[in-house]
Amino acid sequence: MTKKQLLSGNEALARGAWEAGVEVAAAYPGTPSTEILENVSRYPEIYSEWSANEKVALDVAIGAAYAGKRAMATMKHVGLNVASESLFYASYTGVNAGLVIVNADDPGLHSSQNEQDNRHYAKFAKVPMLEPSDSQEAKEMVGAALELSEQFDTPVILRTTTRTSHAKSIVELGERKTLPKRPYEKNPQKYVMIPGFAKRRHPVVEERMKKLEAYAETCPYNKVEMGGLELGIVATGPSYQYARDVFPTASFLKLGMVWPMPKKLIAEFASKVKRLIVVEELDPFFEENIRIMGIQAEGKSIFPLVDEFSPEVVRKSAHAAGLIDAPPIEHQLDKGALPMRPPVLCAGCGHRDVFWVLRKLKVTVNSDIGCYALGVMPPLNASDTIGCMGASIGVAAGMRRGDLEGPNVAVIGDSTFFHAGMPPLANAIYNQTPFTTIVVDNRTTGMTGHQGNPSSGMTLHHDMHPTVDIEKVVRGMGVDEVYKVESRDLDDFEDAVKKAVKSNKPAVVIAYTPCVFVTSHPREAYTIVEEDCNGCTMCFRIGCPAIYKSTVMDDKHNRPKALIDPLACVGCGLCFDVCARQAILEGVLKQEATLTTHVA
Amino acid sequence: MITANFLLAGVGGQGTLLASDIVADIGMRVGADVKKSEVHGMSQRGGAVTSHVRWGGRVSSPLCEKGAVDYFIAQEMLEALRWIEFVKPGGTVLLSRQQIVPTSTVYGADQYPVDDHVVATIKKVAGTVLLIDAKKTAEELGNARVANSVLLGALSAQMGMPPDDWLAVITVRVPQRHVELNRQAFFAGREKDWRI
Ligand SMILES: Cc1ncc(C[n+]2csc(CCOP(=O)(O)OP(=O)(O)O)c2C)c(N)n1
Repeated sequence: MTKKQLLSGNEALARGAWEAGVEVAAAYPGTPSTEILENVSRYPEIYSEWSANEKVALDVAIGAAYAGKRAMATMKHVGLNVASESLFYASYTGVNAGLVIVNADDPGLHSSQNEQDNRHYAKFAKVPMLEPSDSQEAKEMVGAALELSEQFDTPVILRTTTRTSHAKSIVELGERKTLPKRPYEKNPQKYVMIPGFAKRRHPVVEERMKKLEAYAETCPYNKVEMGGLELGIVATGPSYQYARDVFPTASFLKLGMVWPMPKKLIAEFASKVKRLIVVEELDPFFEENIRIMGIQAEGKSIFPLVDEFSPEVVRKSAHAAGLIDAPPIEHQLDKGALPMRPPVLCAGCGHRDVFWVLRKLKVTVNSDIGCYALGVMPPLNASDTIGCMGASIGVAAGMRRGDLEGPNVAVIGDSTFFHAGMPPLANAIYNQTPFTTIVVDNRTTGMTGHQGNPSSGMTLHHDMHPTVDIEKVVRGMGVDEVYKVESRDLDDFEDAVKKAVKSNKPAVVIAYTPCVFVTSHPREAYTIVEEDCNGCTMCFRIGCPAIYKSTVMDDKHNRPKALIDPLACVGCGLCFDVCARQAILEGVLKQEATLTTHVA
Repeated sequence: MITANFLLAGVGGQGTLLASDIVADIGMRVGADVKKSEVHGMSQRGGAVTSHVRWGGRVSSPLCEKGAVDYFIAQEMLEALRWIEFVKPGGTVLLSRQQIVPTSTVYGADQYPVDDHVVATIKKVAGTVLLIDAKKTAEELGNARVANSVLLGALSAQMGMPPDDWLAVITVRVPQRHVELNRQAFFAGREKDWRI
């Protein structure tokens, strides 16, 4: 009997890699792709690593494929921007053993800075792309991508979206394939992309795309499912699933191979139906390319260009366009204004100290991507700019050169520093641009679920390797003004920032901001002394999720007193530091034995 | 073939994902095609968590459609109000009497909705509302963490399903040392009439 299991798309991709004989896998974490490598790491047959960034991960995978082992690199959509240089050269060099790049897009920006549609990368870099619409397909397509990669000598992108990566569906498990290693043969004309050689590879790439176009016509993942002839739906990924529910009687062309597209198959399908409707999230990628083929298609005139789709979004649009009769069910309710639950810095998070001080100093804060990005949220409101990973330091330099009024500082996390922070810091030293970079070093990649990084030394497999010491790095790069402090000591930290800013040189403050998931604070929960609290709201303003309004009022001012949830408080003491009335009692010191510095 | 759409909603730390994994496993156990979808990533940081589970002959969308949820398991009052539009007219809501206050009501002017407003609004949509003292019942049994088993017990009764498949899945899914407590919580939820 075949074994069936309910797996998320990401778990299925990892299983697919194992079954397809992948031997090397590299990634940099990023929602919604992170769990792929976390699951791959459980298979001892696969060498797997967190790389310092996505470009490095892809280069590692490319190298492994050149050397003759099936390889995989995984990343979120914006990770492919970082790795795009490598994607483009690998398109020219081709591979030896198969190479699959798993790319997870994030329509709806569940946890990203944009919602770019990475299907364009397949066309742009001239490589094939597959897209699954459930976990079973996700698993199978890893193997299919690797076969294509070897058959056509090309990297293959396997695109998922947040929905496919995180939704669970039933998967039939298979066995692992063992493949002989393909020996590496020196071949500079193929693997060395100097202009003279690269020029001769370009026609090879164009020839390959023609062959792939022919292959797309019979690719088993491009499926025609005939129903009524009134509507013919073209879709892929989760949009296919939503459309299946909304148009139960229509005909479908499901394009599991997103690029190149099967011209004949599409033309034939279009000729059978009255209206050809493309249901696709984000950009009109299919729609435009179908139109280029000279085939009439409707898409973005009906369905939205922005945000993630859902069954109700598809139904509402289809109903408004008169494609279906049944309207969506919309309850008319007067709910009043509901408080949101935006993500907040955890109770005890060391980043809170940093932003508390920076706000007080009234400096312009060029922040970066990570948990510390939450410093922009109320009540801290302590950031001015955030763009993409590593942008903090370059933008800070630019604001300096743009004669910003008043001082500015760059704030960057440890993982982000190693990902993309070193080149802009080298640039600031080289050009002697006078601003301060604050590295908030919490010894983990917090935002994506506490993965290790060069600063923590913890590998994907939770082994401890030598750490890359940020202080030595920045001193070695040539920064003279280096301050190393613990953010928990607010005065020390404030002092360091002031001195660094005043130095009027490229300066670095390394602030140790312990992540509570890695290292616990030395004290137990703090408590409010009810008689002493007058409800001044000072401790409310640190935005700690462990502090509440009490139902007990301060009579004199007629305002609620504060209360600390003993289960949520982890004993950092910031509230104690900011309380002007000494109305907070320190937690007792923990026993040495209960102090944990655990590997996340 | 039993066909049903479930929505579970709570706050990071309430075990929404585990509870929905259990509902999904039970669907598989009774022979349904099952899909389940949730958005995680930020839930650890105090965010709202929702999870969709669908049972059917062939399930397409992993998300339930708004207005098509048969069983809404709300682990928290504010989240119940936030997601009520997903419930189909006449559907069933299992409402856990628990409040988790968002920080915006602490540093800002946001107001947490009062229970009566939550219940009255839910009643405009749902045909059956169960107001369940899940946390209190769990605490009385000795551990607030088994509150979800109280809810699952009530759900099993609402669906008219025998307890065996549910208990078998719960036994595998919860930590070994808490199996007995979860069993008690399941029956405490199952045997009481919580309808309002
Ligand atoms: C190019 C790119 N890759 C990955 C991500 C996903 N991501 C968001 S924040 C983050 C890491 C943050 O780690 P760190 O800088 O150490 O800060 P922390 O979250 O620990 O505070 C990652 C990997 C991203 N946004 N962009």
